[in-house]
Amino acid sequence: MSRAAQPLDPLRWLGVPALLCIAASVVFATPLKVFGLQLPEPVFAMVPAFAWAVIRPSVLAPFVLLAMGVFLDALWGTPLGLWALSLITAYAGVLATRSMMSGQSSVVTWFWYAGVTALAMFAGYCFTVMTAQAAPAGVVIFWQFLWTIILYPFAHRLIDRFEDADVRFR
Amino acid sequence: MAFREGPFGDVKVPLAWTAAVALIIAAIVAFTLLANDRRGTFKTQAYGVTRQAVDTVVAPVGGVLSAPIEWTGSAVNYVTGYFGAISENRRLKRELTEMRQWRDVAVALKDRNERLEAALGLRTEPPIPMATARVVLDSRGPFANSRLADAGSDAGIVVGNPVMSDRGLLGRIVGVSPHISRVLMLTDVASRVPVLIDRTNARAILAGDGAGNPKLDYLRGRDALRQGDRVLTSGDGGVFPRGLPVGVAYKALDGKWRVVLSADASSIDFVRILKFNDFSQLADEKALAPGPVPPMTTEDPRALVDANPVPTTPIQPGAKPKPAATTTPKPKPAAPKPAAAKPAAPKPATTTATPKPKPAEAPAPAKVPY
Repeated sequence: MSRAAQPLDPLRWLGVPALLCIAASVVFATPLKVFGLQLPEPVFAMVPAFAWAVIRPSVLAPFVLLAMGVFLDALWGTPLGLWALSLITAYAGVLATRSMMSGQSSVVTWFWYAGVTALAMFAGYCFTVMTAQAAPAGVVIFWQFLWTIILYPFAHRLIDRFEDADVRFR
Repeated sequence: MAFREGPFGDVKVPLAWTAAVALIIAAIVAFTLLANDRRGTFKTQAYGVTRQAVDTVVAPVGGVLSAPIEWTGSAVNYVTGYFGAISENRRLKRELTEMRQWRDVAVALKDRNERLEAALGLRTEPPIPMATARVVLDSRGPFANSRLADAGSDAGIVVGNPVMSDRGLLGRIVGVSPHISRVLMLTDVASRVPVLIDRTNARAILAGDGAGNPKLDYLRGRDALRQGDRVLTSGDGGVFPRGLPVGVAYKALDGKWRVVLSADASSIDFVRILKFNDFSQLADEKALAPGPVPPMTTEDPRALVDANPVPTTPIQPGAKPKPAATTTPKPKPAAPKPAAAKPAAPKPATTTATPKPKPAEAPAPAKVPY
């Protein structure tokens, strides 16, 4: 059996990125003001949500996303399940379109990532309207969307590192 | 022994289908969590064990991370304070001269206010105890605006307590752990605060939408608001005490009235938590349970005649009312009469004596249980 056909080590391609995202989210939640401006609040968990689905379908990945989403909800104070469901929605969107988009250039993949991030934000918007009976301001959602799509190089790096590990899904 | 080298090594699991099933299960679990979330309620147990556990673990991490930031800020303040000491001294002297005049005015007004309150027998609100806490984590996204403060139930903080900075209102407590509490900011999409306009006394609801400046909804009255009007808490509903400074109103580009929060201008390191018990915590639910309605009583003889249309002789002016007044329903009302104040209703026209205005008795200031 060739090494490439061996299954990926879940700790390396799921565990480490998840822990890094959680750590980054906590760091960016510190109450820091620089010249009167606060730190942005990008959704770091969108990076693995996108990359894991591009690398290959997985049984564990949705549950890791669920755990990350619940953690983000508890950290940020959103209704429990909001980010979990939004991340899973984005993951499902990537899985549904990966056969069309895999192998495209980086720019196209970046647009794909932006589209999936917009899907997650829209899901979060809908769930917030349902739970809080009020609509969040569009401009604030746009800012978070902008800060999140800037993180695409990290997703690209994760895909580059692991997409050849399982040739069955290339 | 590795899985692939075992007896199940040749079993071909349809991974794509298994992954799809896993995805659906995870989505169902997430949806169930979301459907059962009770973030907006005032019940402590609604905050949940998960949130309390995460807050307890994450808050010390946030405290450690924010410590170097505070040190840096203190160092910058020290340096700028050193170089700007002379100009700041001049400015402070000017302000002190102005403030001394305001102090004299305030002392006179306070004295007058106390005398008027005593004369009217107003129930004044007692001073509210406070706790100071440090903010260790801060969320600023579109779907949630909250902060974690490092004081919890062991400091006497309960869900619903208002939270202020040194300039104005920030929000209220929505979750409490033994050493940590979560503050729902006024800018959060779930935040609704009853406010009043200081100049016109008009009422409105301050509604957050994730943006920096929350909007004013349900504003009543024509010309009730102008650019620059001060906005305070109205105290309606009893969740917040009346008169806490909120901010200044302005008309936004989208045509809606919004409020520049006073708390924005201050540092976000420390907050003051007012241990103010709202009415829902004070009320005895058993005492509020609906009971039998007492029968209607009145001292107006005409109302009794209307209620008992017996064709009696008309009441002569100057004559005393017939014992019709004794037809008061037998079952006496269970409601106790007010102890201090007598009803100020005018006596029946039959009495010839001129009603002497009784001097208003100033009852002893009632003790408010909070």
